[in-house]
Amino acid sequence: MSLSVPHAVAVWRRNASMYRRIWMLNILPNFFEPVLYLLSIGIGVGAYVSQMGGMSYAAFLAPGLVCVAAMNGASFEVTYNIFVRLNFEKQYDAMLTTPIQPDDVLVGEILWAITRSSIYGTCFFIVVALFGLAPMPEALLVLPVIPLTGLLFAAIGIAFSLRIQTIDLYSFYFTLFLTPLFLFSDVFFPLKERLAGGWLWVAEALPLLHPVRLARSAFAARADLTALWDVAYIALLSTALLLWARGAVRGRLMS
Amino acid sequence: MIVEVRGAVKRFGERVAVDGIDLDVPAGICFGLLGPNGAGKTTTLRMLYGVSRPTAGTIRVFGIDIARDPRAVRARLGVTLQENVLIEALSPLENLRVFGRYHLLREPLLSRRVDALVDFLELRSHATMPVQRLSGGFKRRLAIAMSLMNEPELLVLDEPTTGLDPAVRLALWTRVRDLRARGTTVLLTTHYMDEAQRLCDRVAIMANGTIIAQGPPAELIRTTLAPEAVEIDCDPEEESALLDGTPPPRHRLRTGRRVMLYVDDATALVDRLHQRDPGNRRALVVRPTNLEDVFLRLAGTSLEGA
Repeated sequence: MSLSVPHAVAVWRRNASMYRRIWMLNILPNFFEPVLYLLSIGIGVGAYVSQMGGMSYAAFLAPGLVCVAAMNGASFEVTYNIFVRLNFEKQYDAMLTTPIQPDDVLVGEILWAITRSSIYGTCFFIVVALFGLAPMPEALLVLPVIPLTGLLFAAIGIAFSLRIQTIDLYSFYFTLFLTPLFLFSDVFFPLKERLAGGWLWVAEALPLLHPVRLARSAFAARADLTALWDVAYIALLSTALLLWARGAVRGRLMS
Repeated sequence: MIVEVRGAVKRFGERVAVDGIDLDVPAGICFGLLGPNGAGKTTTLRMLYGVSRPTAGTIRVFGIDIARDPRAVRARLGVTLQENVLIEALSPLENLRVFGRYHLLREPLLSRRVDALVDFLELRSHATMPVQRLSGGFKRRLAIAMSLMNEPELLVLDEPTTGLDPAVRLALWTRVRDLRARGTTVLLTTHYMDEAQRLCDRVAIMANGTIIAQGPPAELIRTTLAPEAVEIDCDPEEESALLDGTPPPRHRLRTGRRVMLYVDDATALVDRLHQRDPGNRRALVVRPTNLEDVFLRLAGTSLEGA
């Protein structure tokens, strides 16, 4: 109903001022996760794999892990952090005593989650490039995929956060949703070589599959109709979830 | 009128939180909304700044319909919520700056306001320390400072001193008086009647979602009870013998063994009671009638009226 961009930016800046203070505690653990996978699986296990998808295993892993880094960055922000701000700290109740409206809160938080996911994804991309696993300059095409991944997982996570009543349910979200996505979304092995035809269609429902496929195309400097479908999937699912979240935020903050 | 409420009703499903209230807060006064927990005070405030939409009735603040333009209203008022909402990892200075940005303040105005409020609420000594290390009184002062970042014409304080020690309460009362002296209209809720009596030019007493009395504290005391209160311990059977021959009080209230008598002049009554209880075993107390008595008289369910 009413979005004011300057007020959404004020919400974003609140998180940014806090992040500047605590980023050492916050960014490092989540950021190291894909780095550790790259070292262990890519370089360790990869030494025993002659090649995958027509390249070294580490090179195969690299684009998918960029998306995983972006997914993690957005996910931590819109799960535990938002839940605490909403239910324990009542930060949004204080914001709503100023001209800020619920729409501004939602947009500010989504922008912030995208920002954090972009920080993670880009840092990890730099690591990958330093390892010599990103063909330059074509791999730079992955950079716009990073905020798209952030948007998608910000929308999914915020919808989940608005549905749940207790913070304990996030263990389900991480263990039974994000971890399977991470393991089965074309990151570690080429999905289409391991799945039978019918199941391949089911796999299209996996959210992480689409950013990973886009990242892979970017690294290979390849563009096709699938890429168009991947972008459309991300845009449509994010839009649908955010439209629902808009009503839910209003319902939670105003009564 | 700064605040004009007409027939406001708020229902949550079956439960009626606010049941048709009218409220007028003129400019420049300190107005108190009193009542026990659950009386509907906080819901009333939430409707005033537009985060709770009334089921029926209209609310105008600064002459603006809050349902029409909540942003315009909230740009001109400040609210201190019942529970402090602070960013614990940041310092008071950083908290104030973040809050100032919610009002779209920019430099150099932002820093100037922060600086002035740090002085006004005496936050200088711990201004750069993380909030999580500050005392309860300090945090409360910071929360109030944050709600003043936009130099509000109307300051809303939801139970400003609950849980604070007497020294901090006194200091906050002084600040509220300062603000009022500068022309800020103050609307506060409290269930401390002494706080209301000291600070407020007008009060409204709420119970069960309705306003049961409204007016200046002294006038409420005068019209509801009488200026002096005499308290004494006695059983109901002893009471008539004890009071025999004294002029009947304007009102009396009893709670357990304690009886409170409200009279225009206590001298004669006190003399008589002293005669009949020379050792003062009945713990006689004479004091001015206060809003607490008014509240007990109007809303007290466990008490019987005279």
